[in-house]
Amino acid sequence: MLALAAGTLLGGCRRATPEATPARSTLEKIRATGIITLGHRDNSIPFSYFDDQQHVVGYAQDIALAIVEEIKTELGRRNLSVKLVPVTSQTRIPLLLNDTIDLECETTTNNASRQRQVAFSINYFASGTQFLVRRDSGIQDIDDLRDKNVIVSAGTTAEIALRKLDHERGLGLRIIAARDHGDAFAALEFGKAVAFMSDGAILYGEISKARNPLDWHVVGTPLTTEIYACAMRKNDPTFKALVDATITRMIGNGDMRRLYQRWFQSPIPPRQVNLNVPLDAAMQTLFEHPNDRPLP
Amino acid sequence: MNYDWNWSIFLAPTIDGASRYVWWILSGLAFTVFISLCAWAIALVIGIGLGVTRTLPPRLGRALATAYVELFRNVPLLVQLFFWYYIAPVVFLPVSLQTALNRANPVATQTLTMIVCLGLFTAARVCEQVRAGIQAQPRGRFNAGYALGLTRIHVYRFVILPLAFRVIVPPLTSEFLNVFKNSAVALTIGLLELTARSRQMGEFTAHVFEAFIAATLLYFLIAQITSHAMHALEARLRIPGHGLGGSA
Repeated sequence: MLALAAGTLLGGCRRATPEATPARSTLEKIRATGIITLGHRDNSIPFSYFDDQQHVVGYAQDIALAIVEEIKTELGRRNLSVKLVPVTSQTRIPLLLNDTIDLECETTTNNASRQRQVAFSINYFASGTQFLVRRDSGIQDIDDLRDKNVIVSAGTTAEIALRKLDHERGLGLRIIAARDHGDAFAALEFGKAVAFMSDGAILYGEISKARNPLDWHVVGTPLTTEIYACAMRKNDPTFKALVDATITRMIGNGDMRRLYQRWFQSPIPPRQVNLNVPLDAAMQTLFEHPNDRPLP
Repeated sequence: MNYDWNWSIFLAPTIDGASRYVWWILSGLAFTVFISLCAWAIALVIGIGLGVTRTLPPRLGRALATAYVELFRNVPLLVQLFFWYYIAPVVFLPVSLQTALNRANPVATQTLTMIVCLGLFTAARVCEQVRAGIQAQPRGRFNAGYALGLTRIHVYRFVILPLAFRVIVPPLTSEFLNVFKNSAVALTIGLLELTARSRQMGEFTAHVFEAFIAATLLYFLIAQITSHAMHALEARLRIPGHGLGGSA
């Protein structure tokens, strides 16, 4: 058994050539199988989540579906079937690499370390990271959180930023890494932490699920920017060009702004709550200058 | 597969610059081992007590022990953990103590919660093994003890339990191994044990496979050490002429 494991590892090492091209391009794979497989989330409101009829909906899901339309046109096949595979922040990259999914548009931050494994499209969302706290807590910014329990969703840019700041400024924060946004907010509601750090849109989304939304508010100067893009396999320039062209066109012709209004400034399923997230400076810049630059 | 392997990632500084990934993984390992050993100790003490109670005549004791087993064995571990972490403090503790607990160091409360939860869960399973071991002893062995004038306590202490424990070492080994694997549930309340640390490393470095392979090998190592130790214990305790100790 050990020998087997060791053999697998060595095999893995030998194949370790980052420049290697995929066996076949994603478009060829889709043409051959007649199926396009999208990765989605189950609970990332309002980006990618199940509504009350168990349909996958959201801002990022709508972008994914627009890309699917473009693929159908490109391949000249209207009858492509779309397969949806739920992913988590831990599984999305492996599932992309092993060909289980072809594209995932949800809440994946486009950053430099991930670019070593996958390719990212033009960024479609940017937002500053802030804190969600109880209105009566008196907490206004990170300095009020010294020696207190602060919760983040494991593996997010917010967790990275918070750990860095804590270490650099010696804040003595007690950082709890929750499994996902839903768990993080549940722990916050139960008082396990006094603040939940994440990007604004996610925090407004969580408030919409609260037992009493008026108890909560979002505070703090944005500490970092979260930038989301669709992820796909590396070294597949034709597929990336198609995805990028779709997103650039949507930004250019105003479709993306309309999507923003649809998901961030209108009532959304399942409870028809309006998140009322203002279009902030980071988002304005993104719409004015579409780009696929990763976070450093 | 188009994957960028890099095993030296373990020596790279962590994302916050405070440590190296290898230390993250090893600190996760330390939490996994610590939680599991503490939980196992609780499980053995409570499990043996309950297991013996289930073989004794008093009806009330038997009913309570049976109820405990049914409750803790049939409710999923994850649900039990959420109960102990979120619900139990609200239900059982006064508000002042709840607040103190919420303000305490989360690592301490999470570790304590997980040890108690996993210990009580595993106790139900140990109880059933102990009961099976005692009931596997032939009736004649009890009667022989009583005929010699031993009390029930003495029969259990000097005749039945020493033989019963020898029978159940192999199934207890499985339970012991399960404790290590079940301890990974702690990540759902945010405790950074081995699985959580490898997930975290995977997230931050995008070297998911290296992180998970390291965690897999460490779990494998823990399991190997545990089962070898239990085998050694089994061999050491073997009584010549008693085989596994079960049959008369």
